[in-house]
Amino acid sequence: MRQTVLQTKKLTVSFGGLKALNGLDVQLYEGEFLGLIGPNGSGKTTFFNALTGIYRPAAGSVLLHGNDITGAPPNKVYAYGITRTFQRLRLATSLSVLDNLIIGNQRNLNLGLWHNIFNRKSFKRQLQEQIQISEELLSRFSRDLAVHLFKPVSSLSMIDRRRVEVCRALISEPNILLLDEPSAGMTPDETRALMDELQDWRVKYPSLSIILIEHEMELINKVSDRCVVLNYGEKIAEGRYSEVSMEPGVRAAYLGED
Amino acid sequence: MATNRVVGRPFCGTRVITMPDFKTKLAILLGVALSVVVLYGFLYLEREWEIGALLVMVPLGVYFLRRTNALTYYQHAAREMPRFTWISFVLGAVVLIMLLRHDDFALLMLTTVLLYATVSLGLTIQFGFVGVVNFSAVAFFGIGAYSMAALNQHFVFLPDLLIIFFSGAISALLGALLILPILRTRGHYAALITIAFGILFRTFLEVNDVLGGPQGLKVPALEMFGWNFGNSFPSEMGGGSFYVAYAIVALVLVAIVYLITRLIESSWLGLNMDSVRLDEVASAAFGINGPRWKIAAFMLGNCFAGLAGAVYAAMYGFIAPANFNLSDSLLLVSIVLLGGIGNAVAVIPAAFLIVVLPEKFQVIQEYRLLLFGIVVILILRFRPSGLMPRGLRQYFAGRFG
Ligand SMILES: Nc1ncnc2c1ncn2[C@@H]1O[C@H](COP(=O)(O)OP(=O)(O)O)[C@@H](O)[C@H]1O
Ligand SMILES: [Mg+2]
Repeated sequence: MRQTVLQTKKLTVSFGGLKALNGLDVQLYEGEFLGLIGPNGSGKTTFFNALTGIYRPAAGSVLLHGNDITGAPPNKVYAYGITRTFQRLRLATSLSVLDNLIIGNQRNLNLGLWHNIFNRKSFKRQLQEQIQISEELLSRFSRDLAVHLFKPVSSLSMIDRRRVEVCRALISEPNILLLDEPSAGMTPDETRALMDELQDWRVKYPSLSIILIEHEMELINKVSDRCVVLNYGEKIAEGRYSEVSMEPGVRAAYLGED
Repeated sequence: MATNRVVGRPFCGTRVITMPDFKTKLAILLGVALSVVVLYGFLYLEREWEIGALLVMVPLGVYFLRRTNALTYYQHAAREMPRFTWISFVLGAVVLIMLLRHDDFALLMLTTVLLYATVSLGLTIQFGFVGVVNFSAVAFFGIGAYSMAALNQHFVFLPDLLIIFFSGAISALLGALLILPILRTRGHYAALITIAFGILFRTFLEVNDVLGGPQGLKVPALEMFGWNFGNSFPSEMGGGSFYVAYAIVALVLVAIVYLITRLIESSWLGLNMDSVRLDEVASAAFGINGPRWKIAAFMLGNCFAGLAGAVYAAMYGFIAPANFNLSDSLLLVSIVLLGGIGNAVAVIPAAFLIVVLPEKFQVIQEYRLLLFGIVVILILRFRPSGLMPRGLRQYFAGRFG
């Protein structure tokens, strides 16, 4: 039996009267690629925000390797090895691509005053190391992108920005990766390339677990091991895509939307 | 998959300009010499039409230098050899002080510019890096000044250099009290808190008899390195106003504070601060503790203000609540806005303009706040990144030798 890395129990998030998540039980196994689907406004992004400490759950709990991390602040969650991308890109656009990636590698940086201000030799060594890591990572995802390492993010296309965001989430070699519609705005080819790279990455880091929020059902069908379907903040189905897509509740939720 | 090599020199961006060393140095020295000449004229000339002519010539000159690419060339030179540039400018400033050594008023203005630039560097860290507003910079400047006066009075045995450091530390610590309510509020409210603090500070000084009340306190001249700063320089030493010594101290202060600011900017510290300013939520999702950086930046910036205030108090010999008005805080903020938010170099020319112009033109003196208000509005409307916008972070000089 595979190990559970992340588990939510009766997770509930409310905004005023609205329950954006309502008693959600989700399990994520080690090395698993979990698809999270559901119509617009069904609470998928809210789920990520509750996991990463951006929203505080009103009830329920989040367990990481069995330890309760409910309500942990975002910087703690990152320290536990959980990283994410944002549905609406949240890069520091006036900074360079390199700077953005290094921000993602926060936990491997030495923030000491001595290291940063006075011992510039050791700082330079760490900088060069970070440049090399960033360059390698970027060129995995797009051969052209690595050339823009020293350009401001604002000069990149939307697609490249999404790639940078994925790289920022990967650079610290997380245990759990949360992807919030990373392929929005990409062509099918670009999406396929992105997913291929993610699969490659999983081969390299087999213990990485991924939760992917995605609109494109074909894609979920192809890449996910299992998926969870949300509607109005509740889980309405769970299992392999081929199974859940047949369930009448799921079809109704989607048909109602389309 | 094949990896692509990054073209260009990694630390100075992707554009590569190769210049032999001596040419680079020559370009930098020329820039310094030109600045010294212009600033000398700016400080020395007195007739309004002369200053006016200078003020017309400078933008024309800048335009000409830009058109001939000399400015780009110069910027690259300065990026390639930041240390050499820094030393050259410090020495250039020493030359400027020597040129003006008999001119009390010019030296007073120059020293004020350097001290205001020091405070503005603090604001650059607070406002430009981490994004904490501070409309009470002059209160921290004042805390430094009053600490100088009080410590001098009650702890006569302390060396003045130590008192200056203590003044900076006291400023930083009192600022730490203010940061707590600032962290709990956002945007305009944080700004209002700092404004309230500035007003509170002034009122506190006025009603506090220990600190001299509305009459203020006398501050003895500095005594450091065996020199009493109240003395003018004897003719055997080439002569010169007693302000020369203060100008040198202010220069050393601003040079060090500038260096610290740049080192912060070109390290993970500056990167984290920028990240907090640009998107605190995303930063937090990558482990960055926003409040921690805000507190650090706020304290450091106020420490700079306190250090400058201490030197200012000793130079004026007398401080009173009326020296620390809200309008002066706004003036300091306008220096940062005019120069370019977050660009450490830019505060120096901006401080020159904002401090010296009103002294030279009667009209500006009278309508000072009105005019600065208009300038700030124009900048925010037409050039929000200031006269010298901040560039991308440069961690190291382009050349490794
Ligand atoms: N910060 C918020 N304040 C109020 N309501 C919110 C907030 N965030 C999300 N919601 C609401 O919660 C519900 C779920 O939103 P979301 O998680 O973004 O959906 P999804 O990502 O599945 O499209 C929506 O009804 C949305 O309006
Ligand atoms: Mg969403």
